[in-house]
Amino acid sequence: MTLSAALLTASFYPALAQGNVLRFEAQWLPQFGLNFTLRLDGFAWIFTMLITAIGFLVVLYARYYMSEDDPIPRFFAFLLAFMGAMLGIVISGNIILISVFWELTSIFSFLLISYWHNNSTARDGARMALTITGIGGFCLLIGMLLLGNIVGSYDLDKVLASGDVIRNHALYLPALIFILLGALTKSAQFPFHFWLPNAMAAPTPVSAFLHSATLVKAGVFLLVRLWPVLSGTYEWFWLVGLAGVLTLLLGAYFAMFQQDLKGLLAYSTISHLGLITTLLSLGSPLATVAAIFHMLNHATFKASLFMAAGIIDHETGTRDMRRLSGLFRFLPITATLAMVASASMAGVPLLNGFLSKEMFFAEAVETHADSILDKALPYIATLAGAFSVTYSLRFIHTVFFGPKPTDLPVETPHEPPHWMRFPIEFLVIVCLVVGIVPAYSIGPFLHMAVESVLGSQTPEYSLSIWHGFNLPLLMSVIALVGGALLYVLLRGYFARCADGPPFLRNLRGQRIFERVLVTVSWRWARLAESRMGTRNLQPQLRWVVACGFLAGLLPLYVSGFEPRLLRFTGIDPAFAALWAIGIALSLGAAYMAKYHRLAALVMLGGVGLIVCITFVWLSAPDLAITQLLVEIVTTVLILLGLRWLPKRNPDMGAYISLRGRFRRFRDLVLAIACGVGMSFIAFAVMTMPVPDAIATYFLENAYAQGGGRNVVNVILVDFRGFDTLGEIAVLGVVSLTVFALLRRFRPASDSIDMPEQQRIQNRFDEERPERAPGDTVRDYLLVPSLIMQWLFPVIITFAVYIFMRGHDMPGGGFSAGLTMSIAFLLQYLAGGTRWAEDRLRILPLRWMGGGLLTALATGIGAWFLGYPFLTSHFRYIELPLIGKMPAATALLFDLGVFSLVVGSTVLIMVALAHQSVRIRRVRSNDAATKAEEA
Amino acid sequence: MELVLSIAIGVMTGCGVWLILRPRTYQVIVGLALLSYAVNLFIFGVGGVKSNLPPILEDGVVSSTLSDPVPQALVLTAIVIGFATTALFLVVLLASRGLTGNDHVDGRNERK
Repeated sequence: MTLSAALLTASFYPALAQGNVLRFEAQWLPQFGLNFTLRLDGFAWIFTMLITAIGFLVVLYARYYMSEDDPIPRFFAFLLAFMGAMLGIVISGNIILISVFWELTSIFSFLLISYWHNNSTARDGARMALTITGIGGFCLLIGMLLLGNIVGSYDLDKVLASGDVIRNHALYLPALIFILLGALTKSAQFPFHFWLPNAMAAPTPVSAFLHSATLVKAGVFLLVRLWPVLSGTYEWFWLVGLAGVLTLLLGAYFAMFQQDLKGLLAYSTISHLGLITTLLSLGSPLATVAAIFHMLNHATFKASLFMAAGIIDHETGTRDMRRLSGLFRFLPITATLAMVASASMAGVPLLNGFLSKEMFFAEAVETHADSILDKALPYIATLAGAFSVTYSLRFIHTVFFGPKPTDLPVETPHEPPHWMRFPIEFLVIVCLVVGIVPAYSIGPFLHMAVESVLGSQTPEYSLSIWHGFNLPLLMSVIALVGGALLYVLLRGYFARCADGPPFLRNLRGQRIFERVLVTVSWRWARLAESRMGTRNLQPQLRWVVACGFLAGLLPLYVSGFEPRLLRFTGIDPAFAALWAIGIALSLGAAYMAKYHRLAALVMLGGVGLIVCITFVWLSAPDLAITQLLVEIVTTVLILLGLRWLPKRNPDMGAYISLRGRFRRFRDLVLAIACGVGMSFIAFAVMTMPVPDAIATYFLENAYAQGGGRNVVNVILVDFRGFDTLGEIAVLGVVSLTVFALLRRFRPASDSIDMPEQQRIQNRFDEERPERAPGDTVRDYLLVPSLIMQWLFPVIITFAVYIFMRGHDMPGGGFSAGLTMSIAFLLQYLAGGTRWAEDRLRILPLRWMGGGLLTALATGIGAWFLGYPFLTSHFRYIELPLIGKMPAATALLFDLGVFSLVVGSTVLIMVALAHQSVRIRRVRSNDAATKAEEA
Repeated sequence: MELVLSIAIGVMTGCGVWLILRPRTYQVIVGLALLSYAVNLFIFGVGGVKSNLPPILEDGVVSSTLSDPVPQALVLTAIVIGFATTALFLVVLLASRGLTGNDHVDGRNERK
């Protein structure tokens, strides 16, 4: 697959060689200027080739590297997904799309590093990599948004075309800083470099692919991509240059003193990336050519070195350079290949590393901006070059030469299978070919890439090995000799020293990172939680209420208040009297709710009734009906629940602490403030002239479009049918939750016992053999229960009546459903739970399911006739006996509503009522076990 | 008319807020019921207060004089959802009572 991707990319070459740009665009969010744009130019092409070709080699290598026990499919899935994301970064034509793919690479790199997830180092390394690159990715997104804001478009072509606008914009510096944060974290530049060595816990193919060739190149890739628009300023030079130079030097310095093979390679990667960054910071076109060239060269030799390190690890079982030595006699071919590759890393002539390093030296000598950094650059470059010679030599000499290894986990290492070595061979041959005949191998491709980045600025450059005796050559020689000398000097120290460089060993980025992380995610979080968090409900509610009150007050404060808006319209004495009762009842309910629950419930019901009368009074018959029915059902439900609450006597809380008093006072103040504020707002709103809103539309079109005269019902089942569908779904979910909760519910132990009266009656029954327990109660209630039983069909008929008239007159599915469930409820009241459960099989779940499906099917039916979801159709039909009947499809929808309301309400009530049967069973079981024990 | 209704809304809100800040679950359920009455009436009142003009179309009635059907439809759904949440809360109340052995909102009587 990777091979085919590589071949596909290769096939685009002829089209791009003329300097064309291939584009593919798909609409994504056009209203925000975001489109899924893919764009392939020369630079993207060469990167795509790099990714796919090295991807193919790594897949081949991993086939042999991974052991039988590892979950291989997961590995390859992640690797290929990562490759896809990486290709996405490279060929995106939209800067937002770039940061989307950028995040994807972070995530897949996290998954790949933590591939051996039972290893804690791998987990830590992965988490660190994700945190650093994730923060970077976020910064990048901000930077990209700023950039898009400056340009006015997120399209990469447009961004690239407006370099001057960007550089002169006020937001240039913030955008630059954010983008650099993204790029530098990804490319492991100082001071964000420390995640890369820790990411070496990943399987070696991952290190070879992600941490040498692709992922870490994404940062510098982006810098090159945006080089034409961002570079050339003073800020660019300092920010990028400082990071690059420090990384170059520190990376090389750290690399020398690593004991882990992969650690050495990781730090050398950091150093080489620093080199590329430094080149880019210079802002000269020639330096950019060198940067692009070095990116390619580095990818080839570093990937092959990683794979060689993987082979050594695989064959000997260790990567510690203090234990490895003299492996040449066991692994001659691998050793030769590694030698060539590391010679390229060191910048030895006739290899590709030499060419780009030479270009770097040449650029370092040239003075671009007159500053200390620039003057120091040639010396820094030579020093870093010497360091890189040292660590390359060390890598080769320690591992492959010297005495036979003594304490290897594996007795005699041997050469790996040929196809495992093939990727290294291939890459090393590439190194050699590019190094010897650059103009004929990489030349045209490089030229194409450079041209697509630099356009008309493309400088003259020559890719040859021999430029004559000049300063860069001298620098190379100094670096080579100096590096070799340094190695000879420090050799003894290397063999004994601990992991990490002298002087800076204690300066561990990792430790700082972890300390910051602990501070932020643990200490601050704990502090915030202990200061502001609570697990108690009351403070939370108090805050909610207080915030709500302030939020209500805020607009008044902001926009001022004009009392003249208020007008008084007189008071209807009857209405006032009604609400005098209502207010008294609601105060009473609030007062009684603690100790006299039944009284509070009765008063609450009274308030509900007055609300209901208000609805009738103020021309809302539908609301009145629904309110009345809901009131009945709610009261019965709470009555059913009351018996499980603990007893509470007024003398229990005789002593109230000072804090308690204060709390009550505070709550009282809050409640009064809310109440006053609310009545104020309500009065203001109600007395203001009602603006001409959507009401007129509904009133005018209800009959014409919905075919109903009852506008409220038409809104519910037709205009806003989708809302109603959602609402009945909620109702269904609630009732199922209730049902599920009550199945697990164990009635509390100290709940109210059987009432005294019932006990007397039962005793009376038990004394007489001809009577069964409960007969007396039945006798007492004979007349009411008989009436209630007879009412059953009457109420059902009434429900059907309410349902049918709903479209034109007050009524409808909701109220009909509630009425219907009251019919069932009455049967429970009349005959008791057992009696009703024996005789009635209601199957509320079927009602609910049927209802929801009917409503959905009605909605979907409109699709088949070519209308949007829930479009209703209506007409009148003549029925015998009944006469003219409105028959809208909305009626069918309402039938669904009806059925679901019946189902849910009955389900809730049955579940609650059934508890009384269960508690008796629990008690008799308890009694039985006690009797047995006795 | 409006004055009475708004005072009533205020009183019910005040009682409701007071009750939901109390520590006993039953007080909270009553408080929520009172609050929902108040809020329903408030939403209903936003559409203007008119007597004897229900939003039911009859021949010969000018439709624009009728009372606003939109708040009514909103309140109708609010009543039904309010019923559902009351039922759910009641059952959670009972379940918490069964699990913790008391009726404090935090499941424990003593304050930490």
